[in-house]
Amino acid sequence: MSDAERKPVRSIQTPMRLTYHYTAGIATSRFLHGIAEGRILGQRCPVCTKVYVPPRGSCPRCAVATEEEVHVSDRGTILTFAIVRVPSENLDVPLPFACVHVLLDGADVPFFSVVQGCPLDEVRIGMRVAAAWVEPDRLAPTLQSIRWFEPTGEPDVPFDQLREHL
Amino acid sequence: MREVAIVSFAQSRHARRDLRNEVEILLPVVQEAVQRSGVERPFDFTCSGSTDFLQGQPFAFVLALDAAGAWPPIAESHVEMDGAWALYEAWVKIQTGQAETALVYSFGKSSPGDLPEVLSRQLDPYVVAPLWPDSVSLAALQARAWLEKSGRSERDLAAVAARSRRDAKGNPHATVAGDFAIDDLLDAPYLASPLRKHDCAPISDGAAALVLVAGDRARQVCERPAWIRGIDHRADLHALGARDLTRSASTRIAGEKAGVARRPVDVAELHAPFTHQEYILREALGLAEDTQINPSGGALAANPMMVAGLIRIGEAARRIHDGSARRTVAHATSGPCLQQNLVCVLEGE
Ligand SMILES: [Zn+2]
Repeated sequence: MSDAERKPVRSIQTPMRLTYHYTAGIATSRFLHGIAEGRILGQRCPVCTKVYVPPRGSCPRCAVATEEEVHVSDRGTILTFAIVRVPSENLDVPLPFACVHVLLDGADVPFFSVVQGCPLDEVRIGMRVAAAWVEPDRLAPTLQSIRWFEPTGEPDVPFDQLREHL
Repeated sequence: MREVAIVSFAQSRHARRDLRNEVEILLPVVQEAVQRSGVERPFDFTCSGSTDFLQGQPFAFVLALDAAGAWPPIAESHVEMDGAWALYEAWVKIQTGQAETALVYSFGKSSPGDLPEVLSRQLDPYVVAPLWPDSVSLAALQARAWLEKSGRSERDLAAVAARSRRDAKGNPHATVAGDFAIDDLLDAPYLASPLRKHDCAPISDGAAALVLVAGDRARQVCERPAWIRGIDHRADLHALGARDLTRSASTRIAGEKAGVARRPVDVAELHAPFTHQEYILREALGLAEDTQINPSGGALAANPMMVAGLIRIGEAARRIHDGSARRTVAHATSGPCLQQNLVCVLEGE
């Protein structure tokens, strides 16, 4: 058979599996151990004093190591939000839902999460929310320990007070 | 050609397994290199080398930027290669006149994965990689061919390992160091004959950083700048069967272009992750008998992937910084069986 008569080879099978034993690093491990105890831990930059949550052991603005551990609240204020209507195969949240940046009390950078527990058209910048944790016996070193954030009913934080964090 | 010098160098303590994340490993190293350089941030250019395949974490090189001081946004680039090639890019950038100072760093965390298996993924994806030839087995093919051709013995290989580990006793960054009798080493079983464990570089996690400065500014910030007098890199054919594995044509040409033979070489830091490769590299570079080879212990003492080549350049620069050498040569390799090679000639004044 000539090459012209043969069909081109359109696929080959090359099974590939690599196993990695990943570890979270020092700062993130401490953060995740805190989550397993129902606490949220951040780290403060020794130069600009910003508190990072979750911490990665460094301040990316100042390029210095962060060592001082800071307890931050599991309550905070919505800095920005989006109402998500496109499904994600990897996300087990009914559509539509609100994904939010929450500025936790005591932190300087927002925390990424979702909001449940109120009509979506009520979600707004400045709204006060609190973490909804899983049952205490199901707490584990994973962000799945926080199911979502939900409104606290406290008065909104005025936009002007949030400006510097946007 | 614009004069460019290495004015500072720093490296981590290269552990078999470092539980810190890439930024936690890198940050103190970058800070040390920056502080020693006497150059204020921001650098005109920053270039890094790493590969996410090692730790199995996508975009680790982006996360690592947190250690570089990337705010306000900096001029930055990354190579999926050993940091020695990041240094080359930074050197070119300075040659173009677009930069006077550059920060170069690299990091490698091999411990989360199975390194020899991971390295098989760099081979031809259709006809070679599906057979999973690991890096040690490929090096063993090369070693066998080289032993046969050179008439050398496994004892000669063990001698390189023993010397490297002994020299590494003076290197606080080494993963493996100590006194080992050649006979004891030869008693060990083969990993892939003719290679035993001591013939293979250890698996290490680590990072390194250095600072490049052009012209008179280098003389202002550094007492004895390590001037890059020649630098070149070349690649051999990727098809292993199409190469003469017993010699390194790309190293030979890179060495000629970099001007290695122009004057005597006090110290050569050769990136040979396997013992037999040191002999191949020595021959390719035409190094004299009195050139001291790998006083740091070389890659056989510490081999953080994507870093060990940059460390060779840093170690060669360090000898000039401390005044113990006048002219040094550094070599870096990447790919299977010495496929890609970079040669850098450093001189003091
Ligand atoms: Zn800071």
